[in-house]
Amino acid sequence: MSDSAVTRYILICSGKGGVGKTTLTANLGIALAKQGMRTAVLDADFGLRNLDLLLGLENRIVYTAQEVLTGHCRLEQALVKHKQEPNLALLPAGNPRMLEWLKPDDMQKIAAMLGESFDIVLIDCPAGIEAGFQNAVAAAKEAIVITTPEVSAVRDADRVIGLLNTHGVKPIQLVLNRVRPKMMANQEMLAVDDVTDILALPLLGLVVEDEQVIVSTNRGEPLTLNGSNSPAAQAYSNVARRICGEEVPLIDPAKARKGLRAKLGRLMQTKIF
Amino acid sequence: MTLRDFVNKLLGRQPASAATAKERLQLVLAHDRSDLNPELLEQMRREILEVVSRYVEIDLEEGDVSLETEDRVTALVANLPIKRAKAKAAEQEHSGEGTPVCTAIQG
Repeated sequence: MSDSAVTRYILICSGKGGVGKTTLTANLGIALAKQGMRTAVLDADFGLRNLDLLLGLENRIVYTAQEVLTGHCRLEQALVKHKQEPNLALLPAGNPRMLEWLKPDDMQKIAAMLGESFDIVLIDCPAGIEAGFQNAVAAAKEAIVITTPEVSAVRDADRVIGLLNTHGVKPIQLVLNRVRPKMMANQEMLAVDDVTDILALPLLGLVVEDEQVIVSTNRGEPLTLNGSNSPAAQAYSNVARRICGEEVPLIDPAKARKGLRAKLGRLMQTKIF
Repeated sequence: MTLRDFVNKLLGRQPASAATAKERLQLVLAHDRSDLNPELLEQMRREILEVVSRYVEIDLEEGDVSLETEDRVTALVANLPIKRAKAKAAEQEHSGEGTPVCTAIQG
């Protein structure tokens, strides 16, 4: 039996949609479970739920958070355990009509229930900063903000960080997703340091753009599930290790590029006047 | 200017876009964070200039009031070149030590 006081509740949010919240949640969930953490992933995106799909659990849902809250089933009945990673369970989002009555208190109730049997709860936040966000943040103690090196995503991340600060959520850490090292080296994409400077958050992870992410979502098998050594899989695993307190060095892929072209690229960044 | 910017300029190409992105972001975030729209900022700028110009003669052309942001802290930065102190304000300064500022405004 665990204690909800020591359970870690981590909100995964971004403000902007489509930057990789759900993919990160799915991959981290698997990676943390592999490290022996009893992990729950809570789909707080009731309007547009997708976490079940990315985890390949969409056909095994019987009950959802909705039935748990209305007392129609017990929490254990709604939780969908991952077959390959039994340390991981999904609490599916209910019907979108739930949004009409769902309150931050309800999310806190669910969080407290999950705390009794899990070490770590990952909350997949909906995009936006409206009611859905307010509900999700109520269940969280700490947060991971995920963004891409694009002006719109960084701007929205900034808004979300401001709201997280007012809710007293901390620590807040940053994952920079869909990094293109070559574009960064050519200064045609915001540099890693630019984004961390602007958002003033510690960097928890760097994920390079990786086609394997699409392949894995097609299959409903997160990259971290089958020990893939694709760059994104490595990055997600590293984030999980850092969450567990392990020191894993972060390497800026734009600066780490090898070869003649990369050397030339670095030379071109020399300040001349 | 980096070597790349120089080469781009030589070849008549556009400068790399990352620097532009950073600049634009910093500007828009300074406004987002302060929740001030440009209109309010302009009004505040006019009022600040008005107050300051009661005491000193300032260069209105060169004057600049803007928002700058660093490490999630937004600051209102006013850069107002002073041409010279106004005689009246200078007088006040000499005569009334500890005189509240508002007397100067009323006078």
